[in-house]
Amino acid sequence: MAAFDIYPEYEIVRNNERCTNCRVCEKQCANGAHIFLTDKNRMAADDDKCVNCHRCVAMCPVRALKIVKTNHTFRENLYWTGKSIKEIKRQAESGGVLLSSMGNPETYPVYFDKILLNASQVTNPSIDPLREPMETRVYLGSKPDKVVRDEKGRIKIDLPLHIKLSMPVMLSAMSYGSISYNAHESLARAAAEAGIMYNTGEGGLHEDLYRYGKNTIVQVASGRFGVHSRYLSNGAAIEIKMGQGAKPGIGGHLPGSKIVGDISKTRMIPEGSDAISPAPHHDIYSIEDLSQLVYSLKEATGYTKPIIVKIAAVHNVAAIASGIARSGADIIAIDGFRGGTGAAPARIRDHVGIPIELALASVDKRLRDEGIRNRVSIVAGGGIRSSADVVKAIALGADCVYIGTAALIALGCHMCRSCHTGKCNWGIATQREDLVKRLNPDWGYKRLVNLLNAWKHEIMEMMGGMGINAIESLRGNRLMLRGVGLNEKELEILGIKHAGE
Amino acid sequence: MNVSARRLGSRILNDEIRRAEEDIIIEDCFGERYIGSCASSITITINGTPGNAMGAYLDGATIIVNGNVQDAVGDTMNDGKIIIHGNAGDALGYAMRGGKIYVKGDAGYRTGIHMKEYKDKRPVIVVGGSTGSFLGEYLAGGMIIVLGMESEACPVGDFTGTGMHGGLIFIRSSTPPANLPKQVTVSLADDLDMGSMNEYLMEYADTFGLSIDEILRKPFYRLAPNAKNPYKQLYTIY
Repeated sequence: MAAFDIYPEYEIVRNNERCTNCRVCEKQCANGAHIFLTDKNRMAADDDKCVNCHRCVAMCPVRALKIVKTNHTFRENLYWTGKSIKEIKRQAESGGVLLSSMGNPETYPVYFDKILLNASQVTNPSIDPLREPMETRVYLGSKPDKVVRDEKGRIKIDLPLHIKLSMPVMLSAMSYGSISYNAHESLARAAAEAGIMYNTGEGGLHEDLYRYGKNTIVQVASGRFGVHSRYLSNGAAIEIKMGQGAKPGIGGHLPGSKIVGDISKTRMIPEGSDAISPAPHHDIYSIEDLSQLVYSLKEATGYTKPIIVKIAAVHNVAAIASGIARSGADIIAIDGFRGGTGAAPARIRDHVGIPIELALASVDKRLRDEGIRNRVSIVAGGGIRSSADVVKAIALGADCVYIGTAALIALGCHMCRSCHTGKCNWGIATQREDLVKRLNPDWGYKRLVNLLNAWKHEIMEMMGGMGINAIESLRGNRLMLRGVGLNEKELEILGIKHAGE
Repeated sequence: MNVSARRLGSRILNDEIRRAEEDIIIEDCFGERYIGSCASSITITINGTPGNAMGAYLDGATIIVNGNVQDAVGDTMNDGKIIIHGNAGDALGYAMRGGKIYVKGDAGYRTGIHMKEYKDKRPVIVVGGSTGSFLGEYLAGGMIIVLGMESEACPVGDFTGTGMHGGLIFIRSSTPPANLPKQVTVSLADDLDMGSMNEYLMEYADTFGLSIDEILRKPFYRLAPNAKNPYKQLYTIY
């Protein structure tokens, strides 16, 4: 809660000439920021409670509301910013760890924005995706070392397990519990419709959603919530969560207050009990131990499912990925420091981990240098905002990307970063029934499919412009990238040339 | 059905077990991993020493081991029974949700970490000897009983029950364990506690041919979490 001497960050501005006192804003705000003054017969606002989620603004039938950042400031100081001062005051008041959500919002460099794509001119003509075939399908999983032929010269088709995607995008892990049932259903149906995968996250899989199994990645994390034989065999692939970009090195903690009803049933823990995922898997202290979990999951499913190992992008990510590639895993998912979360200590979210662009490029290079890049597919996640980011990630060496935050924005999220309060006014990061029903999965999944289709077309246009007609030819194709405003070290790590070279 | 594990390797052996429709006896077991992963109905008897991750995700089957077992036995076990006529390695019963594990001898470090219970699923581990440190770390449900049949001193290591937020640990000992973290409260087991252990102790004694009177000769200490939500006050909403 706010300290007594902190002025609210946002002000609710009401145009009283337009306001009809219909009290819709009051009903829509789960934070109680709008109050109806019966004696004065007018609406009032409590700015302290506003999280700037825009729900009231969007629902006001007469457009009488807007939320503005306050212009009330501390005495100007470029070192002791208002943010630093307020954080100290909050902690002095409570003695607690600052808890926040979604991804790192700070001003670290965004390498995607310093990389530009190529296009064909005169030679190597560009391709028009509306009129010519363009392949966006990708297969994730281990690839054989070489082509083997039988005595008649026919190729022996004995490929390891793969998952097939219509485009190089998957919906990343968000657990049922951190997000609502309606949000989960929207993700599942969108994945099925678009021919891609969504990921259960670590909270188990709701009984109703088992039917989307072909488009489901089931996750196994240190807490093992809702993990059992049927869960494992229902997914198209199994992901072992070792880490998460938003909070590398720390575990998860879904408070007991959110373990209610179907969440309790799906996680298979009693109502009201904390769901704690320890920071490490306490049975994994080495690559050999990881390999043991990889193979125990393969054994559990009779070698019918590819295994993904998800890690956060951290300093030695290339060496770690090399170990994972040798552990028997089929796919490595790397989550950059911009990756979102339903709750994380703000200090961890904002100061731990590295950008996905650098992590991805160095992992791809390391695995190629060691001659083991074909053993695993790479999925890059953590801050993918657009189809241009997807194309750049693939050219930096990814087979595919994970999107989480972008998917939630398609479902209605306005990025107020208050998921951890459990009072999401858009029905996404909440379990309150009255709020959950605000997100209609029939509407939600279509919005997601729209987004995916739009991105798919943009990906084809960008590829076509480069004269490339298949994702396979784009992967790791760094000649298609040029840096702007990057120093030599950054260019070296990314493995790209500077614009003009 | 009898199978010799000799020279089969884990994968072929496990394929055979997966295909088995009747009870199976494995001879000459020597480090083969992942035995009985997800197994649901049969009884698997193992003569020898199975390798790591035996009985992972076990879903109702019974595994009897005439020998020692290694690490990560019963990982994420959902239902069934594992009987070990010897010692167990580290991380026994990790995140186990249901079923029973009975060990005649000792168990290693990190026994019963993050065990949890749900409705009629209530996992139980009984260790006849002693256990290493970090017993029942992050315990969220179920019951762990350590008997220390051969021990004079308290039969558990350090940091028992760190992060515990559910479930119960019972330790048969004349003295309470040392170095308990602040999430754990310790008291002597009362009649109600003894009653809740009775079924498992009787079955344990029966399984290994021990005398229940001998087991009940010493007092039991009861370790319980001192709050259901140990981390509730840690955060400042921002």
